Amino acid sequence: MSTVRIKIDGEALDVPAGISVAAAIARVPRPFRRSVKGQARAPFCGMGICFECRVRIDDIAQQRACMAIVCEGMQVITDG
Amino acid sequence: MAEHYNIVVVGAGPAGLAAAEAALSNGARVAWLDAQATAGGQVWRKDVAHGWPRDAQNVIERVTQHANATWMPQTQVISAESGQLLLQDPSRAWRITYDALILATGARELLLPFPGWTLPGVTGAGGLQALAKQGWPLAGRRVVIAGSGPLLLAAAATAKRHGARVLGIYEQASKTTVQRFARKLWRWPGKSLQAVSLRAQLAGIPYRCGSIVARATGDGALQSIEVDGPHGVERIACDQLAVGYGLVPNVELAHWLGCTMQNEGAHPYVKVDATQCTGVPHIYAAGEVCGIGGRDCAWLEGRIAGLAATGATIDASLLRKQRHARAFASALREHFALDPYIYDLPGPDTLICRCEDVPLHALIDHDDARSAKLATRCGMGACQGRVCGTALAELGRFPRGGLRPPLFPARLATLGELDSPCSQGSFS
Repeated sequence: MSTVRIKIDGEALDVPAGISVAAAIARVPRPFRRSVKGQARAPFCGMGICFECRVRIDDIAQQRACMAIVCEGMQVITDG
Repeated sequence: MAEHYNIVVVGAGPAGLAAAEAALSNGARVAWLDAQATAGGQVWRKDVAHGWPRDAQNVIERVTQHANATWMPQTQVISAESGQLLLQDPSRAWRITYDALILATGARELLLPFPGWTLPGVTGAGGLQALAKQGWPLAGRRVVIAGSGPLLLAAAATAKRHGARVLGIYEQASKTTVQRFARKLWRWPGKSLQAVSLRAQLAGIPYRCGSIVARATGDGALQSIEVDGPHGVERIACDQLAVGYGLVPNVELAHWLGCTMQNEGAHPYVKVDATQCTGVPHIYAAGEVCGIGGRDCAWLEGRIAGLAATGATIDASLLRKQRHARAFASALREHFALDPYIYDLPGPDTLICRCEDVPLHALIDHDDARSAKLATRCGMGACQGRVCGTALAELGRFPRGGLRPPLFPARLATLGELDSPCSQGSFS
């Protein structure tokens, strides 16, 4: 399976092409975001409804990691 | 200028696909869109490692490659007004118009609160399936599947195929009712075959009835759960808990368009006539948005809607098959009705609104969604009450309120395309 290189919070990571950004972050792993009271959160609904997995992708904030597909050179910032 | 299509289909699951295919076969120019990057919806979601189910792949290829079809992936309807839809994809916002609109917006999971449900590692049952199909690493992970309905078996099979150690499947319905349901399956041979095949795939995995996950615990992430069953409380160490209590129709767009709603239990669905017409001229609805009916039902209703919307005649046998498929859904609902014990799981400190971290005790004094929202911010976060509003309705507190555009969180540039409240003559 071919891979793509992305960066998660500045750390380079080779992941299988075609997987979701959520699945890439799960390989690190770390909280996707902090809730308004500081709790660690991660994907919950898996289908773009709950917004628990939102991260910053290529400088656009509040993107659902479960709905985005990794691509070469992508920069992901958690809790963004 | 808005782009114009004869038929616009919102949603690319079985209902949307069948609708698009039927409309294309009658010579219509069809736009079909979905929030996801690939077609198939939830039930036919493409698996990064294993592809689409074969039947799904054939129809997806036929529709995608059709000269009169325009496929719009990663696209959401942000608003709808005066016969136009305002769409947003990752790079732009634009408007389209239609002669007829077919709503095939499907369903989401019914996700209910219990202590620990916000811990990383806890997901929906269909949720884990969706994540796994998109490459979520499960190899060697200890997974527990819980909640209610046949979806649990499908979720367990997907987790197993992706290398998970599935420790058990915990169904809230009692053993007696599940057995009674199994004895009725012969009426739907396709479903029986599916059940037999799932049983074979899940050989060796415990399937426990009358069992409810009462609590999840862990330090920053899930470490263990407590399952309350016929033989008392069992503590299970695990890495992932996938828990789903069934499905709820995605009616937000239909509601905004003025379609007539009915309630199934605590949740609204779109009322349609025999041709899937909603009663709003030129707007049709098909599949789960018309009440949870399952994949086969969605496919048949999509086909009916696609034919009706293009003025074709609908064969009586198609309508007969659709009624038979709907009967399966009724049998499911009857046998997998939720144990009210589930509604008492959240404690005073259990967060109900995950976006705004609102605990149950903060909601005690409120008896409608608006009052709760104004005082506590419950339902004001990014999910727009899709999770907490639906859960509170199911728990018998109050119905979800305030559905209005943007129907999903949108970029400022997209919102600039919305008609202002002043131009609509209302500030509501």
